[in-house]
Amino acid sequence: MSTLFKKSSPGREGVWPQAPSQDLGELLPEGLLRGAPAGMPSLSELDVVRHFSLLSRKNFGVDSNFYPLGSCTMKYNPKFCEDIAGLPGFARLHPLLPQLPRGDELTQGALEVMYETERWLCEILGMSEFTLHPMAGAHGELTGVLTIAAYHADKGNKKTKIICPDSAHGTNPASAAIAGYEVVSIASKDGIVDPDALAEVLDDEVAAMMMTCPNTLGLFEKNLPKIVEMLRSVDALLYYDGANLNAIMGKMRVGDAGFDVVHVNLHKTFGTPHGGGGPGSGPVGVCEKLVPYLPVSRVVKDPSGRFHLRYDYPKSIGYVAPFYGNFGVVLKAYAYMLRLGREGLIKVSENAVLAANYLRKTLDDVLEVPYDRVCMHEFVASADKQSQKGVRALDIAKALLDKGYHAPTIYFPLIVKECLMFEPTETESKETMDQFVADLRDILALAESDPAAVQAAPVTTPVGRLDETRAARNMEITDDM
Amino acid sequence: MPYVPHTPEDTRAMLGAIGAGSVEELFAEIPLALRPKSFDLPEGLSEMATRQRIEDLAARNSNGMVSFLGAGFYDHYVPSAVDALISRGEFYTAYTPYQPEASQGTLQAIFEYQTAVARLMGMECANASVYDGGTALYEAMMMAVRQTKRVKVIVSETVSPIYRILLDTYTRNLKLTLVTVPQAKGATDFAAMQAALDDATACVVVQNPNFFGCVEDASALFAAAKAKGALAIVSAYPVLQSVLKTPSAMGADIAVAEGQSLGLPLSFGGPYLGIMTSTKPLVRQMPGRIVGRTQDGQGRTGYVLTLQAREQHIRRQKATSNICSNQALCALRSLIHLSLLGEEGLARTARVSMENARYAAKKLTAIKGVELLNGAPFGNEFAITLPRSAQDVCLTLIEKGFVPGFPLGRYYQGMDNALLVCCTEKNSRRDIDILAAWMEDAI
Amino acid sequence: MFPTDLLYTPSHEWAKIEGDTATVGITSFAQEQLGDITFVDLPAIGATVTQGKEFGSIESVKAASELYSPVSGEVVEVNADLDGAPELVNQEPFAGGWMIKVKLSAKPEGLLDAAAYEENAKSCH
Repeated sequence: MSTLFKKSSPGREGVWPQAPSQDLGELLPEGLLRGAPAGMPSLSELDVVRHFSLLSRKNFGVDSNFYPLGSCTMKYNPKFCEDIAGLPGFARLHPLLPQLPRGDELTQGALEVMYETERWLCEILGMSEFTLHPMAGAHGELTGVLTIAAYHADKGNKKTKIICPDSAHGTNPASAAIAGYEVVSIASKDGIVDPDALAEVLDDEVAAMMMTCPNTLGLFEKNLPKIVEMLRSVDALLYYDGANLNAIMGKMRVGDAGFDVVHVNLHKTFGTPHGGGGPGSGPVGVCEKLVPYLPVSRVVKDPSGRFHLRYDYPKSIGYVAPFYGNFGVVLKAYAYMLRLGREGLIKVSENAVLAANYLRKTLDDVLEVPYDRVCMHEFVASADKQSQKGVRALDIAKALLDKGYHAPTIYFPLIVKECLMFEPTETESKETMDQFVADLRDILALAESDPAAVQAAPVTTPVGRLDETRAARNMEITDDM
Repeated sequence: MPYVPHTPEDTRAMLGAIGAGSVEELFAEIPLALRPKSFDLPEGLSEMATRQRIEDLAARNSNGMVSFLGAGFYDHYVPSAVDALISRGEFYTAYTPYQPEASQGTLQAIFEYQTAVARLMGMECANASVYDGGTALYEAMMMAVRQTKRVKVIVSETVSPIYRILLDTYTRNLKLTLVTVPQAKGATDFAAMQAALDDATACVVVQNPNFFGCVEDASALFAAAKAKGALAIVSAYPVLQSVLKTPSAMGADIAVAEGQSLGLPLSFGGPYLGIMTSTKPLVRQMPGRIVGRTQDGQGRTGYVLTLQAREQHIRRQKATSNICSNQALCALRSLIHLSLLGEEGLARTARVSMENARYAAKKLTAIKGVELLNGAPFGNEFAITLPRSAQDVCLTLIEKGFVPGFPLGRYYQGMDNALLVCCTEKNSRRDIDILAAWMEDAI
Repeated sequence: MFPTDLLYTPSHEWAKIEGDTATVGITSFAQEQLGDITFVDLPAIGATVTQGKEFGSIESVKAASELYSPVSGEVVEVNADLDGAPELVNQEPFAGGWMIKVKLSAKPEGLLDAAAYEENAKSCH
């Protein structure tokens, strides 16, 4: 399908505003103007609508496909949340209004949404305060690590290192490094953090350790109390990567369990859509002793019930976002929380864990599950056995696309060979999972009888496997190259 | 239970297959000591009640005010087709396109987005976007630091103060020197920036139009930077970029922008769109995702995420950035918006906005005691000085339902009487006339 | 299995020492592990490299790796062919896929011979 630019027909009218009345030369001196047109396409409204409608049909999405994508929590995104984010009272609200004189009064509704969302998150996670500013999960990590750095600097601690388990998301070490820390990786044992391995690297220079629980293998970190105690002994803080929060709402609060800092992904646990890769939202929560270092501004409620933005926090790390984070995403998450309420959120985690275990048990006779015990909201399987016959995890993933399923996460975490990571989420029905397993069984049977057929997948998608080497070597990243 | 499909029968069957007696049994590994001390939350609401609650909150924001507030975030008209297309579930409920065969829609759209923004800036390369314009500016600065292996960054004070405070947070723990060169009556002090250049300088950073709305030409500064081995960075305004001299024509190495003005609602600060473009030699320093064109085994054209060795999931702590996501849906919005307007529509938007700004400037400076801050050429925004506090004037006008602009005293010392006024194609001449009348009264 | 006229590092670089000049590249084992090479980032002529320290990096579709210099000295030549044809590192790691030539400032110490390197490479599987 050709690009928009190739479809352009100069002179064709799109959605144009009224014509200007002055020559451009009257507005600005020639030397400040563009030499040549920008090269935007000229298309009719129907041209554009058809182009993007056709493009949309080349996409999988949760609305049309089961997405058992481990670590990503691809649950259903309620439609009414999208409507709410579009309410003009919010969508047209200029972010600088609160900075005008008595501007808080112009934005009471929005400030209340922020304040209330923070309260919900504090209670769900067991933290003292939250900030909604981080604009994605990785941005939350960076914010959290900067908060940790500010805490240590304020206490006069000389800290240079952050520990990440080898099963960690790649963003963990990257965020720590960008905040100026040296990253120390430790090996897992039986799929979880090994206190002995931690003891070997733990010293006074350790600022923090970044963990997720359940971890990326979907396993609960049984040694958590021990780990908390060890870190406390050197005044190191414990960071919780909230990527896997969907497993534990109402079952464990990370603050109660000893975590000092946490980020949550609203686009995972709280039902806001992934949008093909963003925007997300990664609010950060902290325990009491870290509250002074949170980013500004912060939203507060005065005794009369009015909401205000406050900036006077001298120990704050400063600004991590131009304004208050991805407010539009926060609004959807707030609607989702209101809708589900206390019981609903508990049921989310219960059913996410139920579904993951059901899926694990219904396929563990055909696909090896290296840690085949009760899992939380996700689990990993290994296609190591199949790969000996030439069918790798990648091939199975591609064959699933042909059956209309999005592939599970593959080759992550790095510590399991030929890894396939499944997370069905609470919103998929038993029938969907049963059909999925039946189709997966067919693929695995085919892998035995005709490996080449699986290796040739996918064949029903708009394109087959693409030459990534060619893409990287030729580097054609715009239509003009 | 909304959004959870399991009937009691399903749950029993699933538990049976697992071999567990109850759902609670599945959580047995969480020790009692770690169980929640409280989980005190309200009960859930129906969809209708939730909606009503949130509509009530929306009503508690300012609604229906006439606004001349911009300062980097602009209220342009968004064609209806943008919302219609972006609401397709195939786009917004999709994941990151890691499975390219199932994501050609998202991938081709990002490729087209990269093309559009690169063309707008006159640059060769673009990434798939980052969180917002401020993050884009920070990432651009870090690209320059890595490329030059130098540590000094020279930033004009006419770069948005909202972005400069972000740079400050992000660089606090790094061994970098940020030098801010003071503005000169709202204009960029190019001579002082040039004088600050030395062999340790990684980059110079300017904004065009600058925060005060002035349209400038940084060509001479950029040539001087180049001679010193430093890179040149511009933060631009995409709508006006359709008519203004391009960053590349000025000799910039990296051009970034806040893409909100391209079809995104103001939405109280986000989600927005961080546009990043660069010359080709810098592409491997780019953070975040990049889409490239390639072929499948049958020679069919397709699109994939490429140059991934830069990114955190491969390079971990040595990645160019910790950024994992892009603002894919916002990038798609901007692309649809640009396509609907096209070359002519975008240029008209820029020109009509600029014409309205000139009309407003004329009307406002006709008031006794109101003057332009400087005589520099401006785009769709301009700074004026008032005979009294801009905050006070603002307050008076807000009470009449008009937001007259942004008082500059908040970020610039000695500018308590200065007001930044913005117009887009949405501000009618009638509204401008009323604004001028109210302002005359207020003064 | 590995050429015996070269010396090796445990990080899979090789050096061919001729007089006071060394030619440097990565081994056939290393390129296999990386897969299709897409980009090689090398220092400029005149740069100084130090034994055991990073002198560049190499990227494939799915991996990236730093390059560690087996020798110390000044870079006198860079393989410009790799710019347009990084696949040379896959095709001819010990010949056309060479990376830099270094005028030695000191005799390299502790490098492995082919047999010792082969042992080392085996243990990496």
